[in-house]
Amino acid sequence: MEQTKNEEILRMTNICKDYEMGGEILHVLKNVDLTVEKGEFLAILGPSGSGKSTLMNIIGCLDVPTSGHYELSGRTIADETESALALIRNKEIGFIFQSFYLLQRQSAAQNVELPLIYAGMPERKRKERVKEVMEKVGLSDKMDHLPNQLSGGQQQRVAIARAVANNPSILLADEPTGALDQKTGQAVMDLFHSLNDEGRTIIMITHDRKIAGHAKRIVRILDGIISEGDVEDA
Amino acid sequence: MHNMNMFSESLKMAISNIKNNKMRSFLTMLGIMIGVAAVIGLVTIVQIASDSIMGEFSSMGAGTLTVIAQGTSLKSGLNENDLDKIRNIDGVDAISPYVMLSAYVVVDNEVYKKVDIEGDDVSYFAHNDRIDKGRCFKDFEMDGYTQVCIVDKTFIEKTLKGKNPLGQIIHLGGYDYKIIGTQKENNALTGGASDKGDSEGNIIIPYRNVNRINFSPNVVNLYVYVKENADASEVEKNLRSELKRIYNNADNSFQIMNLESLLNVMDTIQGMLTTMLGGIASIALLVGGIGIMNMMLTSVSERTREIGLRKALGAEPIRIQIQFLMESVVLSLIGGAIGIGIGCLIAFVAAQLMKAKFIVSAGAILLGVGFSAGVGIIFGWMPARRASKLNPIDALRAE
Repeated sequence: MEQTKNEEILRMTNICKDYEMGGEILHVLKNVDLTVEKGEFLAILGPSGSGKSTLMNIIGCLDVPTSGHYELSGRTIADETESALALIRNKEIGFIFQSFYLLQRQSAAQNVELPLIYAGMPERKRKERVKEVMEKVGLSDKMDHLPNQLSGGQQQRVAIARAVANNPSILLADEPTGALDQKTGQAVMDLFHSLNDEGRTIIMITHDRKIAGHAKRIVRILDGIISEGDVEDA
Repeated sequence: MHNMNMFSESLKMAISNIKNNKMRSFLTMLGIMIGVAAVIGLVTIVQIASDSIMGEFSSMGAGTLTVIAQGTSLKSGLNENDLDKIRNIDGVDAISPYVMLSAYVVVDNEVYKKVDIEGDDVSYFAHNDRIDKGRCFKDFEMDGYTQVCIVDKTFIEKTLKGKNPLGQIIHLGGYDYKIIGTQKENNALTGGASDKGDSEGNIIIPYRNVNRINFSPNVVNLYVYVKENADASEVEKNLRSELKRIYNNADNSFQIMNLESLLNVMDTIQGMLTTMLGGIASIALLVGGIGIMNMMLTSVSERTREIGLRKALGAEPIRIQIQFLMESVVLSLIGGAIGIGIGCLIAFVAAQLMKAKFIVSAGAILLGVGFSAGVGIIFGWMPARRASKLNPIDALRAE
């Protein structure tokens, strides 16, 4: 079978990130090179302290590298203003967090609507889109529920709906099943698979080898250094 | 940029957040409520009181000079010659001498010893709204020989026992008088002659008739009514010269009071009082504002993770700032609106107690609204700015 080279969605070249701590300089990321193609399902696997969170923050435009080149969807992410980064995040990144991070006093539908509001979408279109993505994650009947009326798995699915609402370039998931039991975690992974089958690019950060095994490609990180890993058996 | 969307969505979020935290929102608003209620209430009360008093005085006619001419040991009061000279001063429209005395009055063979007799000129009634039923004097009745009178409600109750007074004949100071009119009730603030507890009433007769009763042709108290387009201070100057001439420049022989300058003084006092009260009440507003700032800072601190999340989803710093600013402004405006309501209520109650007319100046209300909004913006600014500057990564990691 011929390997067709897919369009690149993310390219990091020589990314370094340093932090100053008590007069010393910590090199958290050291010359990281990473290329992700459109439609990939990638896991970044590493223990705590490996720099994986920092890498995720840079991928997600929550932070800027100290040096190096980062291109996302053909756009160079350099030292931009906070406002510019916010706009990029809104359009290009769909975040999924370990603790879901839903607004507790707003309904599921209102939570999913939030990135659409920030994108400036008019109300009618927003309502339509929210309905669409809630159907996709299988929670159409829970639109008006508050987060505390939903199970952990359901909350994470709402978070996933929120993440795909604006049709971002990549879904960035940080330990997505960390707060869920085995069975529910599996259901979330199934959802990820189906999203990936649709052609969505998913980047998952985890320390759990089993979870990483769900992805089609694993990249390992240790002490700020990246290395390609094999897809190991679960 | 989608500015309208930003403001309207921030407004919706602000209202939703306020509703979700009713108790805390109420406590936050309390300071503003009290401050605005105090400002509106006190300022309105001052306005009602002084408007009421000034209204009474004004109805007596700005352009009225009051003369008290006690005279000297050589010449006490003013005689008819003097009064004529005063009438002829440039700018004088009319004069009304004013005399008071007590006399026996006989009605239906009953003798009443405590009736107050007041002597006025016909011109007095053009500047003082005293007549209730019937009429006041006519010019030809001022000759001093026509016996007509105007009685008040106390007299009607105590002597006529509620009979219809108009046309009745009473015996006063040795003469028969016909009642041609009745007096209105006196205003609580300006009072009247027959407010004394044991007085059996007040009767107004032409002033020259009084001088026949007590055999003194001279008049001590005088109202001088200035023509409409004349300069009251000019007339006052000329009047002063005339009176000096009459008394040969003797010291302490007379006093002239210009109502207009009295009204100006009242105006100034009202202004000063309003400013002072406003200043004091503004301190309450300041405290309210500090309360808002405090609450907003706490709110920002508690919602740090939420702010981090919103930023991660794409909220720009300015958006976060506007959102929190909206919350503090909406809180302040709601508190201010309630405060205005309470303030007006207080003023309304005070007006009833003072038996005065309840008026609310649009200016005071605008001030209340303006202050509230201002406090919301000024004291909400710093917390909102702090929220907008939060680093999303740190914020997401917060407890």
